Amino acid sequence: MSKIQEEIKKRILVLDGAMGTMLQRYNFSEEDFRGERFKDFPHPLKGNNDLLSITQPKAIKEVHAAYFEAGADIVETNTFSGTTIGMADYYLEDLVYELNYESAKIAREVADEFTAKNPNQPRFVAGSIGPTNRTASMSPDVNDPGYRAVTFDDLRIAYKQQVEALMDGGCDLLLVETIFDTLNAKAALFAIEEVKEERNLDIPIMVSGTITDASGRTLSGQTVEAFLISVSHIPLLSVGFNCALGADLLKPYLQTLSHNTSFNVSAHPNAGLPNAFGEYDETPEEMQAQIKSYLDDNLINIIGGCCGTTPDHIRLIADIAKDYKPRVSTAVL
Amino acid sequence: MKEKRRNLVLSGLEPLIITPESVFVNVGERTNVTGSRKFLRLIKEEKYEEALDIARQQVEGGAQIVDINMDEGMLDGVYAMTKFLNLIAAEPDISRVPLMIDSSKWEIIEAGLKVVQGKCVVNSISLKEGEEAFIHHAQLIKRYGAAAIIMAFDEVGQADNYDRRVEICQRSYDILVNKVGFPPQDIIFDLNIFPVATGMEEHRLNALDFFRGTKWVREHLPHAHISGGVSNVSFSFRGNDVVREAMHSVFLYHAIQNGMTMGIVNPEMLTIYDDIPKDLLEYVEDVILDRRDDATERLLDFAESVKGEGKTNEKAVQEWRSGTFQERITHALVKGIDEFIEVDVEEARLAATKPIEVIEINLMTGMNVVGDLFGSGKMFLPQVVKSARVMKKAVAYLLPFIEASKQAGDKSGNGKILMATVKGDVHDIGKNIVSVVLACNNYEIVDLGVMVPPEKIVAAAIEHNVDIIGLSGLITPSLDEMVYLAKELDKRDITIPVMIGGATTSRAHTAVKIAPQYKSTVIHVNDASRAVTVAGNLLDHNRKIYASDIRAEYDAFRETFLNRSRDKNFLTIEQARKNKLQLDWRHFEPVKPKVIGEQIIEVDLDVLVPYIDWTPFFRTWELFGKYPAILTDDVVGEQATSVFKDAQAMLEVILKEKKLQAKGIYGIFPANQINDDDIELTDENGKPLQTFLTLRQQSQKTKGAPNIALADFIAPKDSGKVDYMGAFCVTTGFGVDEWAAEFEKDLDDYNSIMVKALADRFAEAFAEYLHEKIRKEIWGYASDEVLSKEALIDEDYKGIRPAPGYPACPDHLEKPTIWKLLNVEKEIGVTLTESMAMWPASSVSGYYFGNPDSRYFGLGKIKEDQVIDYAKRRNVPTDYAMKWLNPNIAD
Repeated sequence: MSKIQEEIKKRILVLDGAMGTMLQRYNFSEEDFRGERFKDFPHPLKGNNDLLSITQPKAIKEVHAAYFEAGADIVETNTFSGTTIGMADYYLEDLVYELNYESAKIAREVADEFTAKNPNQPRFVAGSIGPTNRTASMSPDVNDPGYRAVTFDDLRIAYKQQVEALMDGGCDLLLVETIFDTLNAKAALFAIEEVKEERNLDIPIMVSGTITDASGRTLSGQTVEAFLISVSHIPLLSVGFNCALGADLLKPYLQTLSHNTSFNVSAHPNAGLPNAFGEYDETPEEMQAQIKSYLDDNLINIIGGCCGTTPDHIRLIADIAKDYKPRVSTAVL
Repeated sequence: MKEKRRNLVLSGLEPLIITPESVFVNVGERTNVTGSRKFLRLIKEEKYEEALDIARQQVEGGAQIVDINMDEGMLDGVYAMTKFLNLIAAEPDISRVPLMIDSSKWEIIEAGLKVVQGKCVVNSISLKEGEEAFIHHAQLIKRYGAAAIIMAFDEVGQADNYDRRVEICQRSYDILVNKVGFPPQDIIFDLNIFPVATGMEEHRLNALDFFRGTKWVREHLPHAHISGGVSNVSFSFRGNDVVREAMHSVFLYHAIQNGMTMGIVNPEMLTIYDDIPKDLLEYVEDVILDRRDDATERLLDFAESVKGEGKTNEKAVQEWRSGTFQERITHALVKGIDEFIEVDVEEARLAATKPIEVIEINLMTGMNVVGDLFGSGKMFLPQVVKSARVMKKAVAYLLPFIEASKQAGDKSGNGKILMATVKGDVHDIGKNIVSVVLACNNYEIVDLGVMVPPEKIVAAAIEHNVDIIGLSGLITPSLDEMVYLAKELDKRDITIPVMIGGATTSRAHTAVKIAPQYKSTVIHVNDASRAVTVAGNLLDHNRKIYASDIRAEYDAFRETFLNRSRDKNFLTIEQARKNKLQLDWRHFEPVKPKVIGEQIIEVDLDVLVPYIDWTPFFRTWELFGKYPAILTDDVVGEQATSVFKDAQAMLEVILKEKKLQAKGIYGIFPANQINDDDIELTDENGKPLQTFLTLRQQSQKTKGAPNIALADFIAPKDSGKVDYMGAFCVTTGFGVDEWAAEFEKDLDDYNSIMVKALADRFAEAFAEYLHEKIRKEIWGYASDEVLSKEALIDEDYKGIRPAPGYPACPDHLEKPTIWKLLNVEKEIGVTLTESMAMWPASSVSGYYFGNPDSRYFGLGKIKEDQVIDYAKRRNVPTDYAMKWLNPNIAD
């Protein structure tokens, strides 16, 4: 049994908060994004946050450290868009392996420093695997519903490359997250299984879907139960939801999930809903109060934050989570 | 301790959970190119839209899984499977159910697995090509996240007896569970259903071995399921549907008893087990269960005697068959027997000089007898509808001959009548009945269907050069549509007489609102039997006199009506509010519901049956009287009994095949009366959700009687008490239109009407059931309530469930508020038309009031001042409010 599987039985694990929100504070310019290495690159690179693992590794390191400092047990690698499909927008497909490898390495180093400081609280690195910007079960063209901008095999191949690099870089676990199309996630899970089989080793997997609005469904139309059933063929460390909604609005869907699954349950909601300027302004105290209601209802094994959350949010979440026992499954499905 | 049971769980957009206790899961089989010629043709011609319709019909018809097969030599199976499944993904009403990817070719199966986001079923893999391929495929299926059907097949061949089934299943199971790590609950064995009664000795045990094999698998291979394609069993009786249907039912009955949980079944090739005639049942069970040595011979002999009837009981050739063909045709029409009509009509055709004569002379002679009997009350509507079915069949048979002899075109018959349910309204039972009755009386019907916009009615009336326009509507906004249509016709100088019918229409409305808008004749027809007389009069040579009589009658009626309403005294809205119903809020303790907020509810139809109120069902058929007394009524008893029997038979099909689905949503919320007439609903934290606007009675009351509004039943905010109210919408209407359309395609209006009438009853029963549950459990303010069914129907309970559009709250604009509050459309799919009719038609929505003093009342007429005030509260233009409240505004 891996270390994290032991730890998750003992206590509620805390996941980090937003990477993007923290990076915004650095106000990096186009030149900063490019660094020395890409100063003559023919295409603009500003906004490619994953690239910062190579061009501004110090910043990435600082963010990870800030979250560990705040009490996080797990940080996510800076690889949300790190597939050939995501990097195609920046003409950086060839950089995918290096990007994931370096991102994992940075996080690994910081995690090991913190574990060394306090061996009673081992820290973990989760390789972040985002949804890509294409959907395998929906057509982008309303006039041609049978069309697909990406296929299962395109995704499977791209994800496989990302997974291999993340594992080589030293991740403890993989996090398939912000799933708005279950078929994309199934391709990622398929790729992970392939790598596991080829390397003959196991690695814990977290799966985290996204409920897009009050319909209570994923963007591709599945209900919570249907989503759960569609990803439960792989042994998972945890299943949960992240992004799109604040903790309060996410709660009913977490309840359904928690009621139905025998896997551990995770949540990393946004700091509320964005305001008119696209900013998240829910305070750490407000979010803590909502997370407390998750804990009171015994819904959670892993808790963290998504868009708009900061080390201050995570600190208060970690503060309260330590007073509660982890959820014990009484699944019905 | 026994190991925890593991369910087979599948998903489309929604979950499907199959437990050992689940009733039989039926798999739709019509999207299969090997089984459906039509589907094959559509796929070959790349008519995917229509192919999707077939998938949709199956889901709407109750298929819980849809099987898709593209195995055909001339097709690119990988392309067709990928394309079709991608298109299904874009149709939420289909993709809500799990799919079954059916192919004998692995590359087609894999192509399917790559485009489906939910957990589907692979159909199938087996040990046929050896262990290595089997393991490889099973591993991939597991990795793609699907369940699998495992055929009882190995390197040697198909399992065709009990021992081989046991051997192969045990081996397959061990490999899957131990070597592949395949979840045992995701294993579904197909144990091969083989034909019986083939005449070959070795086939005698085919069904029994299947049953025994099924039982063995369920007992020895934990969590595994059993499926199969049922129609194979009756293979030797191809062409004899009566026997085949009985065989399928008997087979399924025993297979399910032995543990079969899932199967590919054509619901149309299935009869009801209990409906199988005793003798046939005995012969079939003898064969299926191998009870006698001569079982096959006996069934074959018997089969000869029932050949070709299909779903009807055996009838000896009756005496009436010996009459002349005219006598036989008349008899068939009067009795509604369609069995021999084509033979008899053919005989008549050979005897006639022109095929059209058979219609004009022979069939009309028969229909005249029907008309006379109906007119004199000796025949009842259900019989007439059956007569019409025979008539339609006969005409359909003759049409090609008429076309061929180029005799078509010379218009025969009494006249042409356009029929339409007006824009915004989806109700068509009444319209269909009138159409049928008129058709029986030799009127040609141009039926435009439901939700017909006025432009289309006008255009069709001109294009078809019709003699009469018939308009139908059930909901109150339809009344305004009819007024509007009358204006439009008048504007275009059209003079075609108009007949008005439907539940909310009235002589008063027609005379006062519609007739003044139209220079030509408008007449209200309140029942189907009168429609024939009215149509006759309208087209008779004395029609001018008739028209002016009607006009005079309506003018006089309008005059007195308007005078009468002018006499009535009204209060201003302020005065009415001062006289509102004052309940004692100080001593009132609201009961807090056990559950707050909206909840979806789905119930089995069986549960609803006891809640059905049959009296309105008979009213649909224009049989008047209270159930059950109506069954023994001197005048209509015989007919009522006959319709009731047919209803029970269909009810059984509905229950057994789950033809309808009862879906609903309800919610109870904290609520307070605000601004006298409104009710504000909040969430548990007091955050406002929606506000219901209620209308207040404004007519002058006798001393001491209040001017009530529904808001009076809710504690006002300033009482300081949090009160509660609820809302709901239930439906049993999905799939009804399609099913009815299938009957209509077979020219079977009788059953089409029957389906709709029963669906309506189910929707009402569901509303009644849910209300009881609300009172006793969910809200729980009457947890000790015990009422008889009669008391229920008489609404003898505490609290009310008024519906927008009905007397206490005639305002249809309240429906969108309910829709928003409960998210009705998204959650259960019931939509509102532009006239705020609910679709599907068999739906009921409304509010819940729990106050013991709440009661039903009629709003009556209101004055303009309230309408202006209401428009402000709703934040809509006054004209708009006027339009919607029009039927209730005093002149």
